[in-house]
Amino acid sequence: MQWNSVSEFFAMGGYAFYVWGSFGATALVMAVESLLIRGRRKQMQQSLRAELHHPTELHT
Amino acid sequence: MKTPGIQWFKYASPQNFYFLAGKLWPWFAGLAAVLTLVGLWIAFFVAPTDAQQGQGYRIIFVHVPTSQMSMFIYIVMAGWAAIGLAFNTRLSGMMASALAPTGALFAFLSLVTGSLWGKPMWGTWWVWDARLTSELILLFLYLGFLALQSSIDDPRRADKACAVLALVGVVNVPIIYFSVVWWNTLHQGASVSMTRAPSMAAPMLWGMLIMVVAFWMYAVAAALARVRNIILERERHTEWVRHAVE
Repeated sequence: MQWNSVSEFFAMGGYAFYVWGSFGATALVMAVESLLIRGRRKQMQQSLRAELHHPTELHT
Repeated sequence: MKTPGIQWFKYASPQNFYFLAGKLWPWFAGLAAVLTLVGLWIAFFVAPTDAQQGQGYRIIFVHVPTSQMSMFIYIVMAGWAAIGLAFNTRLSGMMASALAPTGALFAFLSLVTGSLWGKPMWGTWWVWDARLTSELILLFLYLGFLALQSSIDDPRRADKACAVLALVGVVNVPIIYFSVVWWNTLHQGASVSMTRAPSMAAPMLWGMLIMVVAFWMYAVAAALARVRNIILERERHTEWVRHAVE
């Protein structure tokens, strides 16, 4: 292991912004994508159930 | 007559694939999570410091996986598009549409992590070099696919138009891949190649490969979960969807 302390790890040899920026952006995009897919599914299910129970109403 | 083995055409029906995808995606998501943890451990605690770039090189562990996924997803998407055009199967277009947003996000991340790497090492966020420019075109191809999809109301017609776009755009993928060979670019050549020994230390290589596989698993999970939404949306007036949500 190449780290002598926690602060040295987070400093990334002076490249903290670039290293944590890349890993952070990647993690953020993946998390947001997962949440969007999940949200869309919940929304679909709700509108399908509503359509099922009140077939006369229009859910577009 | 029954054919032995896996009945591929059974899963070409959106209804059957909906349930299959529902069973499969959590496994891929789980594998992605486990492999990412292992990959990150190697990336930060096992892989040594780089002689030239110090700790800054560790960006490679997200830059290479996102970049190669952006190209690989495009090829798979174009493959589904071709199957859709050839066999007129409904599921193919849905799979292509399910892959496009994930591919676009990976192309975007490739450019973001690339410029975060370029700034400290090259002294610039962006240059109009062949590798960077062709990757930007890949992002635009994905965005064009998504825009075209949403601009045509009839999903079957949209699938056909998008399939043609995807197939025409696939020519860009080898251009990206070989850009560092064909042109004199600021971007470095491939670190891993089929024909020669990798030019990096073993733990760096392993960390990178594990992250690559982890991102594959993530992309499969995301595409399968998204295609379920697309299937529900397009088949919403069928009997089986009613039963599925009840």
